[in-house]
Amino acid sequence: MRFLLVEDTAELARSVQDLLRLNGHAVDWGATLAEAQDCLAAASYDLILLDIALPDGDGRRFLQGLRRSGQDTPVIMMTARSAVADRVDALDGGADDYLTKPFDLAELEARARAVLRRRGGAAQTVRDFADLTFDPLTATLTVAGEARELRNRELRLFEIFLGAPERIFSKDQLCDRLFSFAETVTDNAIEVYVGRLRRKLDGSRARIETVRGLGYRLTATA
Amino acid sequence: MTDQPPSPALPPRPRVARVVLTGSLRRTLVLQLLVVAAVVALALFIAIRISADKAAEAAQDAVLGAATQSLADGIRAEDSAVDLDLAPITFSMLSAMGEDRVFYRVDFAGQPMTGYVDLPPPPATPGGAPQFYTAPYRDHVLRLAAVTRRMLIDGKTVTALVVLGQTRLGQKAIADSIASRAALLGVGFFILAVPLSLLAARAILGPVGRVTEAVSRRGPHDLRPVNQSVPRELGPLIGALNGFILRLRGALSRTETFIAEAAHHIRTPLSTVRTEAEIALRQSQEEGTRARLRSVIRSVEESSRSAGQLLEHALVLYRTDRVDRAEFDLGALLAAQVQSFHPTADLREIALVYSAPQTPVPVLGDRLMIEAALRNILDNAIKYSPGEAQVEITLTLRDGRAETRVCDRGRGLGGSDLVELSQRFRRGGNVADIVGSGLGLTIVLEVAEASGGSFALSPRDGGGTCALFSLPLR
Repeated sequence: MRFLLVEDTAELARSVQDLLRLNGHAVDWGATLAEAQDCLAAASYDLILLDIALPDGDGRRFLQGLRRSGQDTPVIMMTARSAVADRVDALDGGADDYLTKPFDLAELEARARAVLRRRGGAAQTVRDFADLTFDPLTATLTVAGEARELRNRELRLFEIFLGAPERIFSKDQLCDRLFSFAETVTDNAIEVYVGRLRRKLDGSRARIETVRGLGYRLTATA
Repeated sequence: MTDQPPSPALPPRPRVARVVLTGSLRRTLVLQLLVVAAVVALALFIAIRISADKAAEAAQDAVLGAATQSLADGIRAEDSAVDLDLAPITFSMLSAMGEDRVFYRVDFAGQPMTGYVDLPPPPATPGGAPQFYTAPYRDHVLRLAAVTRRMLIDGKTVTALVVLGQTRLGQKAIADSIASRAALLGVGFFILAVPLSLLAARAILGPVGRVTEAVSRRGPHDLRPVNQSVPRELGPLIGALNGFILRLRGALSRTETFIAEAAHHIRTPLSTVRTEAEIALRQSQEEGTRARLRSVIRSVEESSRSAGQLLEHALVLYRTDRVDRAEFDLGALLAAQVQSFHPTADLREIALVYSAPQTPVPVLGDRLMIEAALRNILDNAIKYSPGEAQVEITLTLRDGRAETRVCDRGRGLGGSDLVELSQRFRRGGNVADIVGSGLGLTIVLEVAEASGGSFALSPRDGGGTCALFSLPLR
């Protein structure tokens, strides 16, 4: 996905960009509303991550301006204040969702996906691998014309593999992205989800391969 | 109270202010009114007594004067002799006053001629009109009247003095009977004054009682100014009270702003820490480092959650003071809340099953506060649910109340009850591995109390917990 991050705290903006890029997203950054305006004029984005308090104005006011000028890119507001009143204001002001800092990247992705799904999605998000087609918004995998629905963790697991085919992911790496840090995860949890994903891939040329002692990778048989 | 100094290890206990009560306004007022009533009763008695004496004396004087005149008129000078006619009518006239004894004396030219010659003479020589005086005589006190008549005897003018005296028993009896009635009247007046002064004191002090009741009936967070109509004299007191309430509200509102600002300043750097830690975790292979980074992320989540809930708690406390009520559709609010929790629940493959009546569910309350309560209930249910479980959210109408029931398949209450769990910063004994601040249930309970609703947690059959948040319907 292509994100526009509008956030004035430079350190936070930099690390959020790094993290989003690690997950395979493209991110542009605007430190002010003016910079954000320039970015929007130059490129199109799947989603705007908009802070409320910015040096040159209120993000909510900016959003109202965007909506009035016909710019309907989905917007997720983020704020450190988290007061109920702020949340209501943001949603009433045309935001698609609302996140409180600090946020979990997995939650951000989940919310972004939910917003895009609600908005009808963008066609270019559909990806092909070997003989299958994957639509992350509808969480469907089409194998030889047959649609198979993925559950949330299967979907995220498949996205990780699909982001870097042939690359070996260790159990820890998968764990980091699949489970919240507040959860206690048993050792075989990853095996469970890999097993389920494999069943969904049945009959396809794509398969999840166990690399003994290292982890798993997505590969395709010729 | 003992003189023992408090143990230094313990913080000083908050002391309830002790008001020193000096006397009672009501008692003072009643006593003063009664003293006034007693003085008035006494004055009434004395006034009646004096005028009764005067009236009795005047009545006796009138009869005595007339009798004396009539006696004097009965003296006839016949050449050299004098004829005294003691007409019975003269004395029967005197018996009108009662069983009083009568004495008379007639002098001619300064010489006693007849009657009781030792009867006290008048202090000065009277004229043709009777002169009245009072004098003691033979163990009695007499009321006397004296008149003089000039007559010719042997060609010489001779002055005849007629003195008539009467004991005052009849007069005293009349005066006494009037006085005893006056005393009865005074006592009656005083007795009547007792309940009247009690009523007056109650009426005067009534507004004080009403203001006290209005203030003491308020909930702990009700900081509206007192707008009772009170007498002018109580105005300054109510003004001072309202001024104090206003300052207290200001202090509370500044605290809320401060917490909001503080939350902002804490959360922004925390976000950087969290994101950086997550990046470092992604890039690290070393197990020890990874474990440390995980614990960093957990702590960051814990502190940011606490910051958020402190803010929310402050908001709830602040808003309960304002009583900002409006009618809204609880169904729509709950549906939106459930909707916003879907992505979070999805991450752990928890299904949120929501059912509500098709029609709107109108409730009266502070929308923001109730939203905060619902978020906390949903957050709790999802947080404590095991992955791939189901959380059921049902909104039902029963007995004029809108009941929101949120049931999970979590680990239950761990033997604690709601009273324990809803104490600030208190968490169940079985949740050490789940991030939380211990303020969530406190917030829900405070909102329920402030909205005239109720909140209860109960164990669910087959494991888990059901939260019941009930609000009165509009």
